[in-house]
Amino acid sequence: MELKENTPIERLYNGILKENPTFVIVLGMCPTLAVTTSATNGLGMGLSTTVVLALSNLFISALRKIIPDKVRIPAFIVVIASFVTMTELLLKAFIPALYAALGLYIPLIVVNCIILGRAEAYASKFGLIPSLFDGIGMGLGFTMALTILGAIREIFGAGSIFGVHIMPAAYTPIGILIMPPGAFLVLACLTAIQNKIKIEGEKRGKDMSKIQSGCSSDCASCGTAASCARPEKEGVSA
Amino acid sequence: MIKDLLVILISSSLVSNVVLSQFLGICPFLGVSKKVETAKGMGFAVIFVITIASAVTGLIYQFIMVPLGIEYLQTIVFILVIAALVQFIEMFLKKYMVSLYNALGIYLPLITTNCAVLGVALTNVQKEYGILEGVVNGFATSVGFTISIIILASLREKMEYNDIPESFRGMPQVMITAGLMAIAFCGFSGLI
Repeated sequence: MELKENTPIERLYNGILKENPTFVIVLGMCPTLAVTTSATNGLGMGLSTTVVLALSNLFISALRKIIPDKVRIPAFIVVIASFVTMTELLLKAFIPALYAALGLYIPLIVVNCIILGRAEAYASKFGLIPSLFDGIGMGLGFTMALTILGAIREIFGAGSIFGVHIMPAAYTPIGILIMPPGAFLVLACLTAIQNKIKIEGEKRGKDMSKIQSGCSSDCASCGTAASCARPEKEGVSA
Repeated sequence: MIKDLLVILISSSLVSNVVLSQFLGICPFLGVSKKVETAKGMGFAVIFVITIASAVTGLIYQFIMVPLGIEYLQTIVFILVIAALVQFIEMFLKKYMVSLYNALGIYLPLITTNCAVLGVALTNVQKEYGILEGVVNGFATSVGFTISIIILASLREKMEYNDIPESFRGMPQVMITAGLMAIAFCGFSGLI
């Protein structure tokens, strides 16, 4: 599929499939593992992140000519943290059940690499509309990944999906999958499947270099490393 | 008092282990655990930073934010304080404690993005811990992190030359190991 660069549709496609933040560039592992005990939680966390991502991308793009280059990372963090606080307060007021389920992980959206990564890699360079859609696309990609992971864990671990019981009565749920160890085990299997696809693809001579398989060494090697690590250091040494 | 602190110490380091049951600090846990040596360095740097950070954020929260009635700004304030603090600790160590800097220096910048630091600061507020309880909680949490990263690194060193299916090599293998460790740590849940 060939699309014109930086149009809204291309950005959505890019975020959801081509550069899916969880499965392809492997960012934001903490919430991915922590909140996917059910499809509903995954969806809620994904959508909260999408809101923050879209709004912070929009604002950072609007301010990109005003923010001095040397203090850009702290400035981005303040913008992101403001939107996270707003989302947190809104959830607390209007969807208290979800707020209680996600708990600590809502404020921790601040340190989600995806958001700072997109601010640095995209929003600080491009105009308002593409940046907004880049945020929405990436957010939806993240939401999709979390919902899939949550659904798998919920179907096998509790025999239901979105709280509705679907498995036959004879099925004994594998309780461990909705407990913490299950997160590691399910993600390990998904990554293994992805590796399999990558290996098969390379055998047939396709370029699979874009797909990374997990944080292979440290944060320095992950997709948007330059923006991820050492926020305030840039301000001092750059 | 002592009993309360002991309960915090055990529950934060073992029962609700920061990595294996709360999933904070997964990036360094998976990333810097290839060798026991580096895992140790990372672990001690995390203990150092989280303990200091929980004291500083606790003080700022109690004596500046509560009197001013701006508790709702905690996320913004804490993340900036932590980023500045890590930078400050790095400069301080470089100047005055060179041997410690040589041991921990390269891990310090990575810690800013470790969500466990912000996580501990926020948990301390959420559970309404005082300064002392907060510091103990921070210390215990980071000790829990260090224990699990060193265990994982030792296991990874042993597994390096194992013959496992091609598609499970790398991250999937590490995550399955972590999953099994998490199952083992579930055994601590009866302690308290």
